[in-house]
Amino acid sequence: MAALNDEQVMLRDMAREWADNELPTTAFRKMRDAAPATGFDPEAWSTIGQMGWAGIVIPEAFGGSEFGYLSLGLVVEQLGRNLAASPLSSTTAAASAIVMGTSDKAKRDWLARLASAEAVATLAIDEGGLHSGKIAASVSGGKLSGTKKFVAEGDGADVFVVAATDGLYLVAKGEGVTVTSREMADNRSHADVAFAEAPAEKLGGTDLTQAIVDRATAVITAEMLGMADSAFNQTLDYLKQRVQFGQVLSTFQALQHRMAKMKTELELMRSVVEGALEAIDSGRSDIDQAVSLAKAVANDTLRLVSREMVQLHGGVGMTDEFDAGLYLKRAAVLETMWGTASYHRDRFARLNGY
Amino acid sequence: MASAAELDRPSDSLEGFRQEARSWLEANFPQALRGKDNAMSAVDGPTEETAEQKAWREAMGAKGWGVPTWPTEFGGGGLTREQARVLGEEMMRIGAWNPIGGMGVMMFGPTLLEYGSEAQKQQHIPGIVRGEVRWCQGYSEPGAGSDLASLQTFAEDHGDHYIVNGQKTWTSGGQWADKCFALVRTGKTQKHAGISFLLIDMDAEGVETRPIKLISGASPFCETFFTNVKVHKENLVGREGQGWEIGTRLLQHERNSLSGGGGSQGRMNQGEPIPSIAKKYRELDESGKLADSDLRTRIIKHEMDQRAFALTLRRAALEAKGNAGPSAATSVMKNVGARITQDRAELAIEIMGMQGLGWEGEGFSHEELATTRTWLWGKAVSIYGGSSEIQNNVIAKRILGMLDHQ
Repeated sequence: MAALNDEQVMLRDMAREWADNELPTTAFRKMRDAAPATGFDPEAWSTIGQMGWAGIVIPEAFGGSEFGYLSLGLVVEQLGRNLAASPLSSTTAAASAIVMGTSDKAKRDWLARLASAEAVATLAIDEGGLHSGKIAASVSGGKLSGTKKFVAEGDGADVFVVAATDGLYLVAKGEGVTVTSREMADNRSHADVAFAEAPAEKLGGTDLTQAIVDRATAVITAEMLGMADSAFNQTLDYLKQRVQFGQVLSTFQALQHRMAKMKTELELMRSVVEGALEAIDSGRSDIDQAVSLAKAVANDTLRLVSREMVQLHGGVGMTDEFDAGLYLKRAAVLETMWGTASYHRDRFARLNGY
Repeated sequence: MASAAELDRPSDSLEGFRQEARSWLEANFPQALRGKDNAMSAVDGPTEETAEQKAWREAMGAKGWGVPTWPTEFGGGGLTREQARVLGEEMMRIGAWNPIGGMGVMMFGPTLLEYGSEAQKQQHIPGIVRGEVRWCQGYSEPGAGSDLASLQTFAEDHGDHYIVNGQKTWTSGGQWADKCFALVRTGKTQKHAGISFLLIDMDAEGVETRPIKLISGASPFCETFFTNVKVHKENLVGREGQGWEIGTRLLQHERNSLSGGGGSQGRMNQGEPIPSIAKKYRELDESGKLADSDLRTRIIKHEMDQRAFALTLRRAALEAKGNAGPSAATSVMKNVGARITQDRAELAIEIMGMQGLGWEGEGFSHEELATTRTWLWGKAVSIYGGSSEIQNNVIAKRILGMLDHQ
């Protein structure tokens, strides 16, 4: 556990309590069945804004708190524990692009609205089903053209931070923007977004694109951490109460050792996730490495824990009525988003010169 | 041991039989079905039969070749194992599938042939052979999964019949089944020795099924409730209290079919090979290798696992020649088969990325959507038919003699 200051401890506890009371997994199921066009509950998002969480990485001058990424990660982790559907991760990553970008107009137009959760923003970077770093979208005469695939929260977004060949641009929903919803296994909002000569405001060059993708990646590893932690604890609780062969399953040594192995992996996962968030906050020069380390480990650990959650619950783990499947499906989407473990292992090696 | 029917057969050599099989298949496998998948094998449940599918099922049913090695006196094919293998090859040659399947063929039939009375065999085997009667399995209960012997469904003795009360779960195809082979408790004091093997009509009064929705969206299983269901004693297989022995034998048949090329697992591993999917979705370097070397290594490992498994199945089949039925080694096969099925599905979604995680909608191809559902459904293969943990217990205890500390 990172050394948290008093404010961070309070923030974490508050987020956890709120998520448990207001957005338990039953709320996610309700949202899934109601299937709102935006893919999240607008009331919950509005409350997130009132509590100041949407503005955690936005400067005070624009209505944020500038608490930083470790603080944001604490909130995202608590929401992830319950699979809470909100555009918090996507909005904060996009807000960072505006904060770090060079456009004062973009800052004036959007930051206050994003900090208060009056608007939703997201990143539109990848152009295929896998994160590759390859970008074909381009800008000519202030108009952006190109198609982005599987944009998270694309259905509810008011503004997009879009990667073009020469860097990042801000494009508001409207003229030249077509959003096509994609129905994915995790029942969250994903959309293909086509830009046809859409008016675009430049935020920065390709360095900024990479810096923002790293920040977005670090934030979803926090969601993955919350999911893995919760999936593990639910499995542990189940093993402690399910009786077969006249004894609770948790007394079988073969199962004890599997749980011990997972607990060990979870400890490593927490360290690398918090390490990446802290690297961003302290402006270190090796953020890229810290992020690839975090995502590779997070992918492997969440994969292990979410698959074991199903297996160790046995038959009930296969039922839709039980939550294991929800964790499994979201896990697979997050494992893919912003790069597979293979992608990040390769990037880690390249950054280290081998 | 040759039956009388076999001796009468005009083709006494294997090559002669091949010719016979080939011409019969040519004459009977409908043209309209050639090159098509076996639509009757969908994981989601039965689909409506077309006229051609019906004709094909009836032809195979009448010939007995859906269960080629079963005895002819109950309608089976009466073929030797070698002849059955030749028949399989000839079917594959023209793309014909076996329209006779399900739990009756895979598990219940072989078990009834071993343990059933003459009258029970005459009553139940022909319907399975012709693919007319669908059977389901009443084993697991909410409190009796891996520890199956703790089952509580009770059959109370009422002279010439039982009154059955209790709840079963994971009843595969329960909502479509005509009959159920069930493990019930006829004695309350002894755990294993109080269990009996009973055949129950699914349309009897007091039988109710409720489909269970799975994480893949399909509902291939049911909860089945028995409330004061009257079952005549002629439906008891073996003796009262012999149910555990018979039921365990049936599980070996189940594991055998789950681990081999048959069954839903075999079907899931069919289709486009993983390397070919990878070449379609992933970047290649100048020499034609997958650019993602980490993924490439894991694909190679999977492909080699598959080859090793195929060779092991073949070796086991050769070694088992002459021996009757499955053994404890089927636990090894079931676990390896489950692992390979799940590795394949994980690799497929990883290769396709977001395209391999679609739920529905036009942005995904049919194959991509099937990849998602197959991945999710595949999580069941290490749970059903005895979980991987239970199979490991069988391997450790029965094969290796590693007994619990007393």
